[in-house]
Amino acid sequence: MFRNVAELVEVADSQGKKISQVMIEAEMEVSQRSRDAIMEDMYANLEVMEKAVRRGLTEDIRSHSGLTGGDAKKLQEYMQNKPFLSGPTLLNAVSMSVAVNEVNAAMGTIVATPTAGACGIVPGTLFAVSDKLQPTREEMVNYLFAAGAIGYCIANNAFISGAAGGCQAEVGSATAMAAAAIVEMAGGTPEESAQAVAIALKNMLGLVCDPVAGLVEVPCVKRNAMGAAIATVAADMAMAGIKSVVPTDEVIEAMYRIGCAMPTTLKETAQGGLAATQTGRQIEAKIFGVRMEKQ
Amino acid sequence: MKYKSVFDIIGPVMVGPSSSHTAGAARIGRVARKLFGKEPKRADITFYGSFAKTYKGHGSDVATVAGILDFDTSDLRLKNSLLIAEKAGMDVNLTTSEVLTEHPNTARIQLSNGQEAIEVVGVSIGGGKIEVLELNGFHLQLGFDSPTLLVLHEDRFGMIAAVAKVLTQERINVGLMEVSRHDRGSRALMAIETDAPVSAQVLEEIRQIPYVFDVSLLSLN
Repeated sequence: MFRNVAELVEVADSQGKKISQVMIEAEMEVSQRSRDAIMEDMYANLEVMEKAVRRGLTEDIRSHSGLTGGDAKKLQEYMQNKPFLSGPTLLNAVSMSVAVNEVNAAMGTIVATPTAGACGIVPGTLFAVSDKLQPTREEMVNYLFAAGAIGYCIANNAFISGAAGGCQAEVGSATAMAAAAIVEMAGGTPEESAQAVAIALKNMLGLVCDPVAGLVEVPCVKRNAMGAAIATVAADMAMAGIKSVVPTDEVIEAMYRIGCAMPTTLKETAQGGLAATQTGRQIEAKIFGVRMEKQ
Repeated sequence: MKYKSVFDIIGPVMVGPSSSHTAGAARIGRVARKLFGKEPKRADITFYGSFAKTYKGHGSDVATVAGILDFDTSDLRLKNSLLIAEKAGMDVNLTTSEVLTEHPNTARIQLSNGQEAIEVVGVSIGGGKIEVLELNGFHLQLGFDSPTLLVLHEDRFGMIAAVAKVLTQERINVGLMEVSRHDRGSRALMAIETDAPVSAQVLEEIRQIPYVFDVSLLSLN
């Protein structure tokens, strides 16, 4: 079993395999289950993701608090009616990522990738990039294994929860996972996937978890949007041959250290950052009747 | 390695909005319920840290109760768990604590039905993954990803060997083992993760070992 991204790339290169295949074989070894059984479970996850994307783009999604919902549709309408500036794949990825995270905020069914707070980025980029690359269904499932391999390395060497490491651990990890998977689906090498992870994660370092009223809505939905954008651009940069000066595993280690140094007020406690703004506090009081945090 | 499977990262399928505060909370509740083995009449839940601060926004209370009702993280009934518990006649009490815990997402759950009671302390470590750190005062660190054998026994020599002997006969390999006790010579708990399934017959054989009080098998998956 690989323990970090360098080992993952080493195994993939030495055996002439893709990252997704290394992950599938590692899973077979650890779980003692057949390839078919493992693939079947991931196909099931893909189905849930597809439904969530579709719901977010076509239904009128509104969260219980009323704070989020409808932005994914807004972006799709804009793309159809206006001469938008960024490319269609990028805006589709953003819109689909928002769609899934809006469904999550409305207590809909999603797949945690790696968490629910960051659940838009991996499926959002997957379905947007698939529109362009037209992969087989199996290649789409492989995308999830490739993303999972990177998430596995991050989770075991740092963290993937906002309470432990801030938003960099959630949206940051999801963005890095998506970047690597996009590279693999687009035909890039395992090393380029690793570079995409480093490039993406470096742009998420230090991001705090400061949800308004403690709800997974503001700013989570919009951070899922930009996570999808960063993942897509990072994948293109890596495939252009751009390299991170700091190696991928050291970027992950930096994320861990930054998370440990982050104050508790900025780690999913709704005590600091955007949650502590005047508007954040007003929303909190409106939703729960009282401020959750005593003066 | 805390995360062993790719499905810890791509998964679980769940009802939103938070994997640590909703799905993780539900799983802690469900572990407590499975350890109790039946529907409790009363559930006392204490939230610490980030759980205590943000449980309302994340629906952690609703999710924990859903777990205590034995619902999965993807069960759509999760949203209405408080009402379902009330209809079932379950008395649910929630408190938050300012006590600092090692992990930011910690929940203490006490379940009882008048005759029996259980106390579980669980932490939600991210992405829906949980660990049980305490069971009826015994300190442990168990993820319940694979089937876990729990043996409650008197704290005396030869107990580990006796249980291991049964597993050896059945060619069952031990993946992980933890032992914990209250005081020397009092009660002790052995927790064993096995690679192969443990049959009801093996459970019975272990139950027959002298000084063994109770045996159970638990898995979240």
